[in-house]
This record gives sequence, C-alpha cells and structure tokens, in this order.
Amino acid sequence: MVSDSHICWGGGHPHPHRHELCVCGLCAAYGGQPALEELSFTARCGQTLALMGPNGAGKSTLLNVLAGLHRPTSGTVLWNGTPLHRQQHEIAYLPQSRDIDPRFPITVREVVAMGRWTALGTWGAVRAHDRAIIDKALATLDLEELAERQIGALSGGQQQRVFLARALAQEAHILLLDEPFTGLDVPGTAALARILRELAAEGRLIIASHHDLASAPEIFDEALLLRRRLIAAGRTAEVLSPARLQQAFPHRFPS
Amino acid sequence: MNDWLDFLRELPAQRSLWACAVIGFSNGYVSALVVLRRASLQIGTISCALLPGIALAILLFGLMPLSILPGAVLAGLLVGLGSLFVSRTGRVEHDTALSVLHTTAFAVGYIILVRLGLQQKVDDWLFGNILSMGDSDLVLAYAIGAAAVLSLTALRRPLLLALFDPRAAAVMGIPVALLNYGVMALIILVLVSSLQAVGAFLTLGLLVAPAATMYLLTDRTELIFWGGGLIGGLGSVLAFGLSFPLGWHLGATIALVLGLCFALAYVFSPRYGLLRRR
Repeated sequence: MVSDSHICWGGGHPHPHRHELCVCGLCAAYGGQPALEELSFTARCGQTLALMGPNGAGKSTLLNVLAGLHRPTSGTVLWNGTPLHRQQHEIAYLPQSRDIDPRFPITVREVVAMGRWTALGTWGAVRAHDRAIIDKALATLDLEELAERQIGALSGGQQQRVFLARALAQEAHILLLDEPFTGLDVPGTAALARILRELAAEGRLIIASHHDLASAPEIFDEALLLRRRLIAAGRTAEVLSPARLQQAFPHRFPS
Repeated sequence: MNDWLDFLRELPAQRSLWACAVIGFSNGYVSALVVLRRASLQIGTISCALLPGIALAILLFGLMPLSILPGAVLAGLLVGLGSLFVSRTGRVEHDTALSVLHTTAFAVGYIILVRLGLQQKVDDWLFGNILSMGDSDLVLAYAIGAAAVLSLTALRRPLLLALFDPRAAAVMGIPVALLNYGVMALIILVLVSSLQAVGAFLTLGLLVAPAATMYLLTDRTELIFWGGGLIGGLGSVLAFGLSFPLGWHLGATIALVLGLCFALAYVFSPRYGLLRRR
C-alpha cells in the first residue's frame, strides 16, 4: 500500500504525455564549447535507456542537464508535460562508486534513509511511513543483511544496489546513473542488469551512461547514440549497427 | 595543591576555566565537520592567515580588545573564501591557492606586527593567552560557539548529505555551494573564537584532534560530533588543571592533551586501533 502510489504503469494511459520524458531541441555548452546540439528524443517509464558515444560525445553533459546540475543553453526537458527542473523530486541521481569517500562513517541504512530528504526536508520527523519505505527499499534490493554495515566496506556492485535503494526510498521515477557498470565483473553486471530491468518494469525510467558497446544490447532495451548530436535512437541492437557506429566512432571503426 | 586551589578561587582563573570548557567543546564539536570534510590542512593554513588580520586591525584601530577579532575574521574569510574563488576561476588547485595566499598573508601580518613594535604580543596570538581575554572577548567566543553548535545540529541532515554525496544532494535540491561557503565561514568564526585562548598555530589541534579521536573510536556521525565536543571540552579543562601546577603554557598543554587522546585512540581503539588490527 505504502509504495504503490509511486508506481506508474507505463503505456496505454489516456494522457498523451504521462510517464514520458520529452527532450526537445536541447543545446548545452561546457566552457564556451558546444557539448550537445539540437538533441531531441522521448523516453517512457518502463524503459532502460543507455547513453552511448565516444568520450566527449555529451553523455555526461546530458546526464547533468537531466539531473538539473547543468543549465542548457536552449531547448526544453519535459516530464509528464511540465518542465523537469520543477520536479526535482522525480529524479534520483546515482554517483559512481569512486565518487564516494569510502571512509565516510555512514551505514547502508543511513544512505538509503537519505532518499527521504525530498519528502522530509531539513527538519521533518522520520515517521513509521518513512521507515516502512526505507525497509521496503532495502528488502527490494536484498540489502537487509547489509543494512548496518558501513558503505565503504561493501563491494562496488553492492554499493550500486545501496544507491538504487536510496532512489527507491526517494520514490523518484527517473533514475540517472553515471556509468553504473564500470568496474563490475560478469556476474555483477548480469545481476545489476536484471535489477535495472525489474525496476524499470515497475514503472520507472532508467537512464545510464554506458561505454561498453559489447554489453549494451544485453543490458539496455533502448539506446541513444551521441556525438554531440543525436546519431540514432531506438532499440539498442538496431542503434548499434555497423554504419551508425562508424558514424559515432570514426577512429575506432574506420570505413 | 593549595596554591592551585587558591588560584582557582580567583575570578580570572574561574573565567579561564569556564572559557576552556566552552571553547574546547564548541571547537571539538565543529572539528567533526573538519574531519568529515577532510579539510584539516586547509583549516591549518587559514588559521595562520588570521595573523595579518589582527595586525591590520591593530594598525587601523589601535590595540583594543574587540578590534582584533573583526580583523581576524576578515582575514580568515578573505583567505578562505578567496582561495576557493581563485581555484574556481583560475587554473590552480585549491590547496595551491590556499598555500600562496596564506603564506603571503602571514608574511604581511608578521612584518606589520614587528614594525609596530608588538613582537612580544605576537607570541600571544600565535600560541594563545587565555588570561588576556576580556569580558567582551569571552562573550563573543561563547556566542560564536553556541551559534556553531546550534546551526550544525539544526542543519545536520542536509550537511551530511552534501558532505557524503554532493552531486546527489544538489540533484535533490540542497544548495550545496551555499552550504560549503557557510560551513567554511562557520569554521573560520570558530577558529577566531579560540584564537586568544590557544593561538593561531594551536587552534588547529583543537579543531581537528577531538573528532579525529572519535573517528578512530566510532562509525556513527552523531557520536563524532558530540563526542568530539566532549573530548575538546574535557581535554581543555584537564589541560587547564595541568598547566598551572606544572608551569606549562596553557595553549600548548591543550594541544598536547588532545594529541595524547588521539594517540591513545590510535593505539587502543577497540574498532580501529593498531593493537586491534593484529
């Protein structure tokens, strides 16, 4: 009952823009240099979407713009028909493990509880309702036994699960992940891919930057291939066709 | 012993003891922030940069009790926030900017103080002289300490989130940059509040060692804050008790006691001590 309210059920809904992320004519620059030009695409709840392309293609810029950390020079980002930056609570950002200070004294449960910030603010009391959400998030990602462990004592894959649980506790619909598969071994990759699919199937939109072309089709349903501009969008296997890869990575795939 | 009890009956001694406890507690409490931010070296350089502020204040307003503090605050803020600004807008790293700014500032301060013929007083500012604190100094120190403890307690939730995962905190709508500047300003204020008690060099010990000790003993952030305060306060009081009968300099004794606490935790901590790891 508690968490049902944040599940959206994907397609077939009468409202045309419901559960839809609509990026239109997005341009962004870093240090005066254009990083993204005229990017337009739509994505819906239920999808796992990979942002792919060579270094400097604009993957992290796009992630930062969606997260509200970087202001675009022009273009719109709409979520359910209204500007995304006015719905910050809908976005959960997952850091890379290496961006986290491994010696910071904090337990898994405390990290997950941080997800309640958007609901509680600075002084809101943690009620039974919040604790239920935190417990459910821990259970969903199979973290109950690790709940009192220090975050720094966990493996990279386990840390990713903790941050996913934090995103669930936040009840956000859009999950933004920065290269979540970096440093994971094969079983770890498979496990995380399965979790991401399950979370998407429950009605969330998963967007992740991803650099490994070989593993992408197995992990993500959809992909955006970027090289400052959009080269292709759609089913991952189709997006990563030889002709398009050649266009995106002219040095790696010479014609 | 009797000498000591007689000494304690005097008003200045009681005031100093009380000042030790309060300043020690507030510094120890704030030290949790310094340790969690891994900003110890940064704070160390800023504390030395307080000297020119004092010198400039004396140059402008003469040697009055309250003239010193605003000068020190100003110098600390200028060097602390200035170095952040220089590193953000220029090519150099933050610690590089800080090192250049603080040594330059320190040099200016020392030259001014010696030219003013205040070489004798320089010792007090570098190493502290708690008996020189007037009523107004004490009130200011108490006010800063109370404000620091209250604001850090009230803002604990966003602070920890911004410290642990600044990008996610920013995405959640926490004004991370503002918090960073605020925390920096707060640390500098606390530095200044303990300046007359333990001096510009030794304040660093009070602003790092208590929480560093707790960091070796516990994994709970709450305990690092409050335990840091207790170690800072009790350690300073113990140092006060030792310094008179032994004839040791008070500021130095405080730094020494806190250093010993740290060493004990380093060796004997049940969780992270040297002996435990074997």
